[in-house]
Amino acid sequence: MGKIKKGVRLEHISKIYKDPKTGKDFYAVKDASLTIEPGSFVTLLGPSGCGKTTTLRMIAGFESPDEGEIYLGDQPINALTPNKRDTAMVFQSYALLPHYNVFDNVAYGLKLRKIQKEELHRRVMDILALVELDGMESRMTHQLSGGQQQRVALARALVIEPSVLLFDEPLSNLDAKLRVSMRTEIRRIQQEVGITAIYVTHDQSEAMAISDDIIIMNKGIITQKGTPQEIYYHPNSEFVADFIGEANFLNGVAVEIKDDFALLQVEGNPIKVAVQAGMEIGREYSLVLRPESGNLIDKGGLPCKVVLSCFMGSYQNYHVLVGKTLVKLTVHNPKNRRIYQEGESCGLAFGPDDIHILL
Amino acid sequence: MAKSQSVALERKKLMADPVMVTTIVLLITFLALFILYPLAILLVDSFIGNNGLTFDVFKRVLDMPTFRKAITNTLNVGILVGILSTLIGLLFAYVEVYVKVGKGVGGLFKMVSMLPVVSPPFVLSLSVIMLFGKAGLITRFLLGIYDNSVYGFWGIVVVQTLTFFPVCYMMLRGLLKNIDPSLEEAARDMGASRFRVFINVTLPLLLPGLGNAFLVTFIESIADFANPMIIGGSYDTLATTIYLQITGAYDKVGAAAMAVVLLSITLLMFAVQKYYLEAKTAATLTGKASRGRMLIEDRSVTVPLKAMCALAATFVILMYICVPIGALFPTWGYKFTPLTFKWFNLVFTRYHGFVAFRDSFLLSLVSAPITALLSMIISYIVVKKRFSTKGFIEAVSMLAMAVPGTVLGVGYIRGFSGGVFHTGFLQGIYGTALILIIVFVVRSLPTGTRSGISALRQIDKSIEESAYDMGADSFRVFMTVTLPLIKDSFLSGLVTAFVRSITAISAIILLVTPQFLLITVQINEFAEKGAFSVACAFATILILITYSSVLLMNLFIKHFGTSKQIKESLNNG
Repeated sequence: MGKIKKGVRLEHISKIYKDPKTGKDFYAVKDASLTIEPGSFVTLLGPSGCGKTTTLRMIAGFESPDEGEIYLGDQPINALTPNKRDTAMVFQSYALLPHYNVFDNVAYGLKLRKIQKEELHRRVMDILALVELDGMESRMTHQLSGGQQQRVALARALVIEPSVLLFDEPLSNLDAKLRVSMRTEIRRIQQEVGITAIYVTHDQSEAMAISDDIIIMNKGIITQKGTPQEIYYHPNSEFVADFIGEANFLNGVAVEIKDDFALLQVEGNPIKVAVQAGMEIGREYSLVLRPESGNLIDKGGLPCKVVLSCFMGSYQNYHVLVGKTLVKLTVHNPKNRRIYQEGESCGLAFGPDDIHILL
Repeated sequence: MAKSQSVALERKKLMADPVMVTTIVLLITFLALFILYPLAILLVDSFIGNNGLTFDVFKRVLDMPTFRKAITNTLNVGILVGILSTLIGLLFAYVEVYVKVGKGVGGLFKMVSMLPVVSPPFVLSLSVIMLFGKAGLITRFLLGIYDNSVYGFWGIVVVQTLTFFPVCYMMLRGLLKNIDPSLEEAARDMGASRFRVFINVTLPLLLPGLGNAFLVTFIESIADFANPMIIGGSYDTLATTIYLQITGAYDKVGAAAMAVVLLSITLLMFAVQKYYLEAKTAATLTGKASRGRMLIEDRSVTVPLKAMCALAATFVILMYICVPIGALFPTWGYKFTPLTFKWFNLVFTRYHGFVAFRDSFLLSLVSAPITALLSMIISYIVVKKRFSTKGFIEAVSMLAMAVPGTVLGVGYIRGFSGGVFHTGFLQGIYGTALILIIVFVVRSLPTGTRSGISALRQIDKSIEESAYDMGADSFRVFMTVTLPLIKDSFLSGLVTAFVRSITAISAIILLVTPQFLLITVQINEFAEKGAFSVACAFATILILITYSSVLLMNLFIKHFGTSKQIKESLNNG
C-alpha cells in the first residue's frame, strides 16, 4: 500500500451517557488522551463497561465525544460522519451484508469509491488471497464458518485501504482454538500491510499476543499504557496488576534503602527487593508477586503455611498463608520437586527482582 | 456534565447528509400537514367562535339528545364487542397453541385470520342482513320467522365481533406462544388440575395482553363506520352521527365538535393501551418459550374446545360465502333459482362498475407504493437514527393509528375545503384525486410503520453501521442494505396498503366528489337502498381483487423475497 501511514491522537476525550436505570449522567470515557503511532498495533483492554468500545466507536464516528478532539494524522475528525472517515471497522458480529456473496461484500466499499471494474476485481481477489479465502468469492456469507466470516469482515475492511483499522472484539464469537489461530493471523496481516490498528478486547492473553502497545482502561479512565512486558512486570496499580495475569499483594514497610536494594518488613520479616526511585523509609508499600515468580523452600524465605496443594499436570498449585495474607503460587514442572502438603510449614522464596513495588 | 459538544457534533453530522435532512423535513411537513393539522383544526373549529374561546359549540352538541344517545350507544357496543372479541379470540388462540389439532382445523384457523384482512369492512353486515334479516335465508326460509329485525344494537355487536375477533386471536396467539411451558408444567407437577393451571398461571400472565386486545377492539369498534351505517338502522353510533351531521344537517362545526369527542375517547384508550398495557405485557412475557409445549390430547378438553372453534369458524366462513352467492340469486329473499349473472352484468352496464373499479383500483395502486415506502422510511428513521425531532415523527405516525377515519374525514373537510386555516392555501387539492390518495396513505401508514419497525428491530444495527463505515451515506445504506433486508416487510406493506385503501370507506366517504366512483362508496349506497344483490356483486369482485393481490404477494415473497437462510442469519446476528 503506497499510502502514508497515519496515527491517531485523542486529546482529553470524554463521553457522557445517561444511566438508563437511575437517569443520571455518568462518564463512559473520561479525559482520555493518547497517541497511537502510525503503523502500530494498539489494544484497548479492560473489563466490560470500561469505555473501550465507546472509545473505538468515537474514533470510527458512530459516537460523538462530549469533550476533546480526535485527530487522524493531523486532521481533526470530530465532525466527520463515519462514511467520511478514513477508518474501517471489523465488527464483533462480523456485520456482513447477508444478501451479498463474499465478493460483493468485499467489493462494497470499492464500488462506493467508484473503482474501475478491472481494478476492483483485482483488488478484491488480492485481498481474498491475503486472508486465504481464494475460491470462496461466490459463496453466500451464511454458508461460511465463523472463522471464514471473520476473514471476509477483515478483507472488507482492508480492501478500501483505510489509514486505520478498528477491531471491536472481533474474535469473541469464535471458539477458543480458532481464536488463537485467528489472532496470529490478524497480527500477520497487519504486519504485512503495515497498517495502524486499534483493537478492543477484554481478553488479556489476546491483548498480550497481538499488540505492540496495550492501553488498560477502567471505569472510563486510561490507567496505564505500555508494551505487554511493561504492563505485566510493572503494573502501576493494583487494578492493572490484578487484571493482567494473576497477582499476589503483600504489604511491606520500607526499613532500609541502599543504592541497589531496599529492605522491607513483610508480616514481621525483612525481605530484600530491588530499589525503586522515590521510595521512602517508613512508608508502607503494596508489593506485587506473580504466582510463577515465587517458590517454596524448606528453610529461609518468608515463613508460611500451605493451605492448598493441588497437582495440575504442568504445574503444582499452592495456596500459602504468609501471616494473614493468602499467596497463590504456581510451581512449574513439579515432577522431580519436593511437593509440600497441606498443613506443612515452609518458606516462600523469591529474588529481589521478582517483586514489583506499587509506588 | 455538559453533553453540548456531542449534541452539536451529532447535528453537524446530520447536516452533512443533505438527503437525510431533506427527507426528515419533508416527512415532518407531511405528518404535520396531513395528520396533526386536520386534528388541530377540529379543536380550533369547536373551541374558537367569533368572540374567541367558547364552549358554545360543545354545549349545543351535547344538548342534542341524539348525540348523547350516540355516545352511550357507541360505548355500549364498544365494550360488549371488546369483551366478546377478546373471548372468542382467546378461545381460538388457546386451541391453536395448547390443543393438538389436525391439519384441517389449522387451515380453518389460517383462513379465519386472513378473512378480515382481505374483506371490505361491511361484508359481514351484508351477509347478516341476508341471512337473518326480514327476508333472511335462515330466519325466513329455514325457521319461518317473518319479522326478525337484525338492525340495531345486536346486529352491530354480532357483526363487529365477527369482524374484529381475528385481530384478538392473532395478538393473543403471539402472547400464548411466548409463555414458557415449564411454568405451567411446574404447576401441574405440584398437583394443580389443568383448569387450575389455566386460572392460576396462564390467565394472570395473559391478563395485560387480554386488556390490550380488549382496548384494541374497543377502539376499532367505536371508530367503525361502515357496519353501524349498514346494520345500525336507527341505532346511531358516534361515527354515523358525525357523518349524518355533515351530510344530512350540513352542520360542519357541530360535526367537528362531535369528532373531537370521539377522538378524545379513542386517544385516551390508545394512550392506556400503548403506554400502560403494552409495557406490562412486555414485562410479564419476556422470554421465548424454551422448548415445545406438550399439547393437550385429553378428549374431554379438546372435543368441546374444538367444537366451539369449528362452530365459530364455520359461521364466519358461511357469512363470507353468502356474499358471492347472494350476488348470484335472481331476487334475494324471493327467488333463488336459476342462478344468474345478471347482477354482475348490471354492475358493469347500468351502474358504472367499470369506472368504479378503475377509480378505486388506480387510486389505491398509486397510494400503496407511497405508503409502503413512507412507512419504511419512518421505521428506518425511528429505529436506526438519532436526532431531536425523531420523537415527533414516531409519535405522530403512531397517533394516526388512534384516529378514527370519520374524524380524519371531518378534519380534512374543515382543514382543506377553504385551504389551510381557511386561507385558501392548498385549497386546490380539495376534491381532487390527490387528497383521496393522501387520505389512503395516512390511513394505512400506521400499520405499515408498525410492521416496518418490528422488521427493522430484528436487524443487527452493526450491519448498517458496517455499510456506513465502508463509506456509504444514509441514502445508500437505506437503498443497498436496509431495503433489501426488509424486502418481505416492504412487499407485504405494499399489498396491505393497497388492500386497506381499496376497501377503505370511513374517511373517504366524506371527501369523495361525484367525479370519482369508488367501489366501497357504491356498495354502501346500494346496501343503504336495499339493493343487496348489486351490493353483493360489487363486494364479490372487490374480494376477488383483494384476495388475488394477497395471493400474488405470497407468491412473490416466496420466489423473490429474502431467503430463509438470510433471515436466520439475521436473527442469530
